[in-house]
Amino acid sequence: MEKITTFRQLYYACKENKKSIYETALDNEALNGENSEYTVRLQAKKSLDAMKEAIKSGLVSTEPSFSGISGDECYKLQTSKAESILGKTAQKIMIYALATSEQNLRMGRIVACPTAGSCGIVPSVLIAYAEDYGIKEDGQINALITAGETGRIISNKMPLSGAVGGCQAECGAASAMAAAALTQMRGGDVKQIINSAALALKNVLGLTCDPVCGLVEIPCIKRNPFMALHALTASELAMAGIISKIPADEVVDAMEQTGKLMSPLLKESSQGGLAKTKTAMALEKNILK
Amino acid sequence: MRQSSITDIISPIMAGPSSSHTAGAVRLGLLAGNVYNAKPEKVIFKLYNSYALTGKGHGTDKGLLAGVLGFAVDDERIKNVFDTPEAKKIKYEFNFLEDFNRHPNAVDFHFEGDLNMTVSGNSIGAGEIIIDKINNFSVNLDGKYNSLILVYHDEPGVISKVTGMIQLDKVNIASMNCDRSGKGKEASMCICLDGEVSKSCLEALNSLEHLYIVRYIKKLEI
Repeated sequence: MEKITTFRQLYYACKENKKSIYETALDNEALNGENSEYTVRLQAKKSLDAMKEAIKSGLVSTEPSFSGISGDECYKLQTSKAESILGKTAQKIMIYALATSEQNLRMGRIVACPTAGSCGIVPSVLIAYAEDYGIKEDGQINALITAGETGRIISNKMPLSGAVGGCQAECGAASAMAAAALTQMRGGDVKQIINSAALALKNVLGLTCDPVCGLVEIPCIKRNPFMALHALTASELAMAGIISKIPADEVVDAMEQTGKLMSPLLKESSQGGLAKTKTAMALEKNILK
Repeated sequence: MRQSSITDIISPIMAGPSSSHTAGAVRLGLLAGNVYNAKPEKVIFKLYNSYALTGKGHGTDKGLLAGVLGFAVDDERIKNVFDTPEAKKIKYEFNFLEDFNRHPNAVDFHFEGDLNMTVSGNSIGAGEIIIDKINNFSVNLDGKYNSLILVYHDEPGVISKVTGMIQLDKVNIASMNCDRSGKGKEASMCICLDGEVSKSCLEALNSLEHLYIVRYIKKLEI
């Protein structure tokens, strides 16, 4: 078996060996004796536990972020008086995503998945769904490995960093990973899982990284619940048998090209977009003193 | 390019908020501390460009100090590192500078104590780091390999003797970087290894003629 670098190879390896994505991914990691199944499962378990801890701490904290401009949004959402138009699980996902993101801004312990700025997306979708639909720990670990494999294949084409690819490469990749994890837990087949990732990714192309004051705060915190729900749409479509007309690998190619075409002013340099708005400039004067 | 692994994608477990500005800073501090390999009396941190500009908002200064003090990237004490007993035992100061010839996330550590040493490095994204200078010598340390740093008098045959001793330990050399201040003057070797060299190998290296600094730097755990 050759090392898998594309979704296409992943699909055919799964089909040929009649295995799921996480099983194929574990075989692939173990090639050349690099990472045994035990090593990968152990890291997944550690990361999963840390994700749960971050949510738990984030849910009960209103401590302001470092800059002092955020930290109470998870609390506000939890105590909202408005009748929700989302179902119970989707609501929980938003709350968990905010809880994790706000923990990150407080210098709390989180899991970069794939990055710190996008740390709320995969855990919120994975853990809220698992809780509400009775997915046991083993199933959660398999879903996290499915997410990790999705991110790994994307990262083969482009580094998952806002400075290189904009936010499409951070929160966008995280959303594709969350979609894959969710579709796995919902019993989707290999094709549906890959399609859910492709659909999620396709709809974040061109997403810029223009953080206000250069901090992982505005728009990053609230982008986490947005991109978590984005993963739900992708999974819902894929589970209905709707496919991405552009195959997953080509979507990744488009993402790489889009990242290159994007101005450096919109890639984590805080020299354009939201970072250069009037309000952002005023905040900058107050915060970065 | 090294292929990434699933374990890279679903980690590290870290204190937020930024993999490059917080986790990367801790890892730079840890590795620079390993290079210095002694208890410093004072450390002067020079932060450049983006590290200087947005570093405070990301806790980069706290991360760098925490790393030098040996805290892990997921240690929740990083947030309040200035108040820890460990931090109170040493002197430190931070300088925030601009130099566009340097990497956007560059830092210099000036260690003062029984031995003075300057270690420079960059945080290159997603928590990955490079230490590229020790005093005036170019090196290439990323914390992923056990490494040997050797400073010696530039003489024919030194490199061959050193690699020969490593070979006796049956350890593969992953990469090697040599530099010198001038012909027949002070020279340096930075060797990244796939395995671990034995104590006896280090002792043998230490007793080699022309070698005056031998430092074995263990890879970072995270």
